Amino acid sequence: MTLHASTFTRRGGRSYLAGAGALGIALLFALVFIKGGYLLTVMQLAMIYGVFCVGLNFFMGYTGQASFGQNAFAAIGGYGSAILCVQFGWEPVLALVASMAVAGIASLVVGYPTLRLRGHYLAMATFALGLITYDLSVQWTGLTQGYMGYSGIPPLGIGPFTVEDERMKLVCLTAILLLGLWISGRLRNSRFGRALRAISTSELGAAALGIRISRYKLAAFVIAALYASAAGSLFAHVVGFISPEVFGLQMVVVTFTMLYVGGVGTVLGPAIGAVIASLLPEIVRSTGRFQDTAYAAVLILMLIYAPKGLSALAGDGRKEG
Amino acid sequence: MALLAVRGLTKRFQGLVANSDIDLEVPEGSLFGVIGPNGAGKTTFFNMLSGFLQPTAGTIEFAGNDITRVGQDRIAAMGLIRTFQLVQMFRGMSAAENVEVGFHLRTRGGIGSALLRPPWLRRQEADLRARARELLDFVGLGRQAEMDAELLPYGQQRLLEVARAMAAAPRLLLLDEPAAGLNAHETEALAAVIQHINERGMTVLLIEHDVGLVTRIAHRIAVLDFGCKIAEGTPDEIKRHPDVIAAYLGTEAADA
Repeated sequence: MTLHASTFTRRGGRSYLAGAGALGIALLFALVFIKGGYLLTVMQLAMIYGVFCVGLNFFMGYTGQASFGQNAFAAIGGYGSAILCVQFGWEPVLALVASMAVAGIASLVVGYPTLRLRGHYLAMATFALGLITYDLSVQWTGLTQGYMGYSGIPPLGIGPFTVEDERMKLVCLTAILLLGLWISGRLRNSRFGRALRAISTSELGAAALGIRISRYKLAAFVIAALYASAAGSLFAHVVGFISPEVFGLQMVVVTFTMLYVGGVGTVLGPAIGAVIASLLPEIVRSTGRFQDTAYAAVLILMLIYAPKGLSALAGDGRKEG
Repeated sequence: MALLAVRGLTKRFQGLVANSDIDLEVPEGSLFGVIGPNGAGKTTFFNMLSGFLQPTAGTIEFAGNDITRVGQDRIAAMGLIRTFQLVQMFRGMSAAENVEVGFHLRTRGGIGSALLRPPWLRRQEADLRARARELLDFVGLGRQAEMDAELLPYGQQRLLEVARAMAAAPRLLLLDEPAAGLNAHETEALAAVIQHINERGMTVLLIEHDVGLVTRIAHRIAVLDFGCKIAEGTPDEIKRHPDVIAAYLGTEAADA
């Protein structure tokens, strides 16, 4: 009986925490809207990284596979948008969609042979993919303009309607992230999502129930690539400038941090992680030359006290979405 | 007619002969047991039947089709579903969700329908939830439906794996040492469930180290030792068979 009582209080506490979390996020957006300025840019980037992480979560969270090379597909999105808009004068929305198609095909071609690998080998192969993409973006100057990168990339918009106001940009990016989350939640709680999650903890068990492992892994990989490409394009259109560094190793490290801080395998975790990990450097900035140390210390504390991610504190990831 | 017919099945790992020239016929509707001491080659035999290992020689015929070199997921799709000696729970999913995964082959739907959720899909999901509940009740885990599967005691995880396999509506259910690691009470519960499954008309092939369990519930038993089939018969015949006694107790005991 005591066991039941304690379970109920814990659940009650959790929904209270979830409510507090939602309120906190609403207040944060309100604050950012009122104050404007630099914080707007930070939140815009957080939403873009959020889109990337929600995609990565399909492959690393739901399906439980390692990929250190997802920045390659963000680079396809970013450069695709930049080249199509700056050199060929395409509509930004068309450029975004076309780049996603290219990234999707590229992920199919790359994923088909690579996904035969498992665990550390898969991690190494995808890591190589990211490195190759970085080298290509530096060396293939005819296409990418090397270290110079592309500037003057037009903002998002359809026809005569363009999103140039910084506040409107944040609203649009938030709407896109919410759409990404909605898709993620719907897919997670479906026959497709159950198959992915079964694969993540027991490939043997999944295969014995007739789930075609390689097919589902590939599907998750392609979905992650589509999200990554969209994030890359959004970055190009929102910031207006890209260079190889944008899609380099730093991006891999940052997005991993976001995924694990927020809660890998949950629906909301990747988005929460993206916001927290984006704001944290701004918060610890006041510590001056210790800011990197403070940043790392906070991350370690979070991973110790919320090992399943911050979203797990607020509610059971299993029942979300 | 035999639902499963194995002829001359052999598996060599380099020099080691794990299975040697095994013949076996499992009739439709039967509860068939395969026993043998540790290291007799039972799991190797099972892994070949379910497509997890390729045989070196011999053929496996299931429901009239040759499945000797067919992949594991396709064998499952044909209606041959197995469980594992080491329980393969889907961690982070509830007991009910584990069973829902079991319906994979009996349901349809991909990314598009998951996003749009048309009426037929909603009906399918509702139906699947109800049937998952029924299966959990059937194995006695109705009250644990919403619990995280990995938090269940080992004996209940075994029962859950059986319920999950049944969700796939197999024609032949392969149970790989389902009683391993269970106490006497849990083994009793499991034996009752296996008998009920068979009474529902499902053919069951049970591989087991626990001779007592198999001789109690199986209609017919084959005995493996050192990779060879040394005997086959009814439980009573097997219990008296001198080679079987020798295999389990050592030759001196049989001589005495």
